[in-house]
Amino acid sequence: MAAWHEKTAHEISSAVRGKQVSAVEVATSFLDRIAAVDGNVDAYTQVWPEYALAQAQAVDAKIARGEDPGILSGAPIGIKEVICTEQGYTTCSSKILEGYQSPYDATIIKKLAAAGAVFLGKLNMDEFAMGSSTENSAIKTTKNPWNLKCVPGGSSGGSAAAVSADMCTISLGSDTGGSIRQPACLCGCVGVKPTYGRVSRFGLVAFASSLDQIGPFSKDVEDAALALNVLCGKDPMDATSADLPVPDFTQALTGDIKGLRLGMPKQCFTEALGAEMREKVMAAIEVLKKQGAEVVEVSLPALDYALAVYYIICTAEASANLARFDGVRYGFRHPEAKDVREMYVKTKSAAFGPEVQRRIMLGTYVLSSGYYDAYYLKAQKVRRLIKEDFDRAFTQCDAIVTPTSPTPAFEFGSKTADPLEMYLSDIYTIATNLATLPGLSLPCGLCASGLPAGVQFMTKPFDESTLLRVAHCYEKNSGITLGKPPIA
Amino acid sequence: MSKITREQVEYVAGLAQLELDDAAKARLQQEMGEILSYMDKLNELDTSNVEPMMHAMEMTNVFREDCAGESLAREAALRDAPQQDGEYFIVPKILDTEGGA
Repeated sequence: MAAWHEKTAHEISSAVRGKQVSAVEVATSFLDRIAAVDGNVDAYTQVWPEYALAQAQAVDAKIARGEDPGILSGAPIGIKEVICTEQGYTTCSSKILEGYQSPYDATIIKKLAAAGAVFLGKLNMDEFAMGSSTENSAIKTTKNPWNLKCVPGGSSGGSAAAVSADMCTISLGSDTGGSIRQPACLCGCVGVKPTYGRVSRFGLVAFASSLDQIGPFSKDVEDAALALNVLCGKDPMDATSADLPVPDFTQALTGDIKGLRLGMPKQCFTEALGAEMREKVMAAIEVLKKQGAEVVEVSLPALDYALAVYYIICTAEASANLARFDGVRYGFRHPEAKDVREMYVKTKSAAFGPEVQRRIMLGTYVLSSGYYDAYYLKAQKVRRLIKEDFDRAFTQCDAIVTPTSPTPAFEFGSKTADPLEMYLSDIYTIATNLATLPGLSLPCGLCASGLPAGVQFMTKPFDESTLLRVAHCYEKNSGITLGKPPIA
Repeated sequence: MSKITREQVEYVAGLAQLELDDAAKARLQQEMGEILSYMDKLNELDTSNVEPMMHAMEMTNVFREDCAGESLAREAALRDAPQQDGEYFIVPKILDTEGGA
């Protein structure tokens, strides 16, 4: 029998509720796994063995009393450093929040705990979620479990690597321009960015507030559906969370996509896409055709402008959001400041890393007097054009299919010298955030180099059910299993 | 020639409350210049009749009952401050008192 750490959350939850295994036994299996392999992968920034076992004991005690601990009973979960937890630290992998202990839990942490989840610790990321390789972390360098010389993607690199290396069943990430889907692709797991407004952002440290969403990483689509059942829903603490009913997403996993119209945007299948990724994605589309999907070509003409729009809007919002790290209420304060102005300047200059400073500079520039109209306002207008392109496309199709990333995982240092080159890693994922759509990446095979490839699906806002249905149908019929990454 | 001057980099750094050394200024002048040139791509599109998308979701007012909810205890709110006295956050002096402000 496979070890517990190799199993999914739905397998574990049903075994724990069926008293075939205790939550403590499961948690121990994962903690042992972390101890055995995280020295090589470096996904975790903090591991909480005592806390994890105490939570697991509480789950077991409930079961002993005849109560149901919830749909994630005993499922071990890892949390991205950007999500506030009373337990441990919330550092955003930045020096400016070193040692910061949040006085409250994010709404989603409370919801997961109430569903019986067991938290194992926090996971590495690019500082303040800015990056596509997790190389911008001020804490450590996370490696791709499939090849330790390669990046795990980013910004949620630790969350993707931890699921891929069996160091948790499900992990939480945040996705502003692809930060869940791109690392999920590079590490060979399932990653979902829900519709903007679907999941409460209360307790998520803000990067770009009109783009950020929290979502899960998992080993299969069923676990993604299970996680979304817990994560989604209106939260009075987040005014942008949508007051819409949340369906039981597991009901969407019917395996039936007959008659589903699958849109292929011609702008995503140009020569910019690597040959191997193209071949894998085309093969995935063939699988869905065989299952009864009808493939239609759609056009998203404004897509070519998405990257430029994204880096104006996200840097502008980041420059405003990160102004709160001023050395007054929490986090680092430079010890040598003689007056308030100097405190602000020295604190930020000493404790924000180079990529964060670059984005604050860009964002401040595009919002500054004389440039606001030319950059920020222009970007907001083109953002509408991108959204309208998708609205039009969704009159012709039910779901859109694209690659997740132009290439599989790349080697450390290969893109750090050129910020624009790094930004291009997110070329297929950012439009989803700009248009507020849900998006999902799932594995579609291994490249010749042994690195995973991924396919991305998108649907209309709040239609995560169709998103999961398509992905699940592909997963069941692709005949592809990646196997396990070659670590330990 | 870069799209932005060294003086502009210094001006923006002032607005952003960042202190840059010479090497950082030179690097940012080049990098921001390249990124901003890339962004100029947007000028290919005529957007004169397009409304800016100011919000991710077109929601209007979100109301709630006007009543006090739970809030953080003072102790918890002050706990992470670099300097505090149990009641207030302490910061370096703000006004120059010698001038009789």
